[in-house]
Amino acid sequence: MTTRAMPFRGSYTSREQMAAYEFNWLAIVLIPLLAIFVQAFFTAKLRWLAIVDLPMMVVIFFAVARRNPISGCVTGAIIGLVQDALGGPAHPIGMYGITDTIIGYLASSLGVKIDVDNPGTRFLIVYAFYAIHEGVYFGVGRGLLRQPLLWSWSHVAIAALANALVGVFLFRFLDRFKQR
Amino acid sequence: METLLGRYRNLIVLAAILFAQLIALAVQVKRPTQEGEIRLIRVWAIAAVTPFERAVVHTQNFFHDKWTGYVWLRGVRRENDDLKAEIERMKLEQARLSEDAKMARRIQTLLAFKEQYIDQTVAAQVIGTSGSEQSRVLYIDKGSNDGLKPDMAVITPTGIVGKIVQVSANSAQVLPINDQLSGVGAALKDSRLQGILKGAPNGTTTLQYIMSDEPVKPGETVITSGGDRIFPKGLLVGTVASVEPGKDLFLNIRVIPSARLDRLEEVLVVTKIEEKLPDTKDLGPIRASDILGERLPGVPPPDANAAGGATAPAGAGNVSGGSPTKPAAGGTATQSAPNTAVGSMGPRLGASAGAVSPKPGATQATKPAPGATLTKLPGGTTTATPAERKPSVTTPAQTQATPNTDQPKAPHPNAPPATQPNTGETPPQ
Repeated sequence: MTTRAMPFRGSYTSREQMAAYEFNWLAIVLIPLLAIFVQAFFTAKLRWLAIVDLPMMVVIFFAVARRNPISGCVTGAIIGLVQDALGGPAHPIGMYGITDTIIGYLASSLGVKIDVDNPGTRFLIVYAFYAIHEGVYFGVGRGLLRQPLLWSWSHVAIAALANALVGVFLFRFLDRFKQR
Repeated sequence: METLLGRYRNLIVLAAILFAQLIALAVQVKRPTQEGEIRLIRVWAIAAVTPFERAVVHTQNFFHDKWTGYVWLRGVRRENDDLKAEIERMKLEQARLSEDAKMARRIQTLLAFKEQYIDQTVAAQVIGTSGSEQSRVLYIDKGSNDGLKPDMAVITPTGIVGKIVQVSANSAQVLPINDQLSGVGAALKDSRLQGILKGAPNGTTTLQYIMSDEPVKPGETVITSGGDRIFPKGLLVGTVASVEPGKDLFLNIRVIPSARLDRLEEVLVVTKIEEKLPDTKDLGPIRASDILGERLPGVPPPDANAAGGATAPAGAGNVSGGSPTKPAAGGTATQSAPNTAVGSMGPRLGASAGAVSPKPGATQATKPAPGATLTKLPGGTTTATPAERKPSVTTPAQTQATPNTDQPKAPHPNAPPATQPNTGETPPQ
């Protein structure tokens, strides 16, 4: 039993819902690696699958499950940096790192305040965080690095929808690795 | 103070992590060529991910080969019959084309026209991508252990794919032509207009730097021009999908790549390109027209002009009537009498083919008997400076049809022959 109660600081959830989960260290290492591997492998076969961002969903999942902003930041930073490292020369290391760090922090902060085990909530969380993720990435790439990135509201909306749908099922699968 | 740190601990950690990554980004932007530790993290990530990808791809291929090779043989007999019929048809077509090819190689030899040949390739399998929408790099399962190096061309039988940008021991990173950082020297196959094929952030490819007054139509084939020194000339790139007026007097030409860049499985990495003269051993006897073309006046030295003003100055004219995208240099316009073959040369000929100079006193060409074969005369020499790029070839018929009116006309065949010693100088490009 590794459940621990979070301090009550204006949360909208009950203490039961605020229980933070922990994970086996093997799961902490292998799940992000597997997500990155699947992302890299299947997009080679079907390019359009790149709209689904599995590593980002893993960041969100770990962040909201642990409800610890520091671990959320660190998890996001590490996963993002590995994603960056696989990118080409047009992809400086740190773009996904910064984006996923912010996502990890926001997701864990949000996890403290609301019920994140409900599928409907999960759908909305992933939808919103995907949009934030794209916005931050665009801001870093365009604002800091002057990269010729394109922004399309419709693309972001559709991709967020796809990610949210996948996220609901992925979170349900990843729930098996929770320890409480 | 302690309370303050404890209260804002999360935010401080967030700020510290973000700050560290911002510094890393700044370092990369400031010094993009110095990789150091940044490169190390890329190596680690690739080393962690690519072995899994290799294992999955090879296992998948093993079972797929066994299944399709031994079990799922439905339709193989019919396919075999179809292929046999196609081979017969191809044989007939090959016989028809071989004569044209022989003639082309004779002309190339006469012009010391160096051809780029793909000498060695390594087959590789695509095992992954960057996984993100913004970056389109691919990973292949061959690396430095297989002789791969950065800047090698990656192709498929249907068209070019990209170039290698980073190599590790057992894998390599390929920058495809539709990546926004990619640039390929390309040309339109029919009009020979040259431009640069660039990728866009949304994955499309456009042919840039073609002037807006050039007639470019959708459906035209785009090939490599060889100007980037990575892809050999003449490889298929794609077809023109749409043509629109762009910025700064240039056309915006969207090109659909011939290779299916979104569904690549196997590619060829060009590990060795050889630049050599075409082999003419099997071409049979040299024809009279070839010898005459070699021996007739080509590029005269300036003092010859001063003496008689008879021939066009070297490097002054462009026979084929240059377009804005073609460099106009080195061509000569030589007016010849009917029934005499003239070795005329297109743009930049002087750089690679040199001047075709006759033996003094032997410039008068006579009409050979039809179908006569001659042996090479010792006096007719063709000198060539080391080739940088291949010249375009203009056929004699084209030269006569489009004389360069800007330049002084060449002498009439009946005029006294001008002595033109070959100085071996390379005209300016």
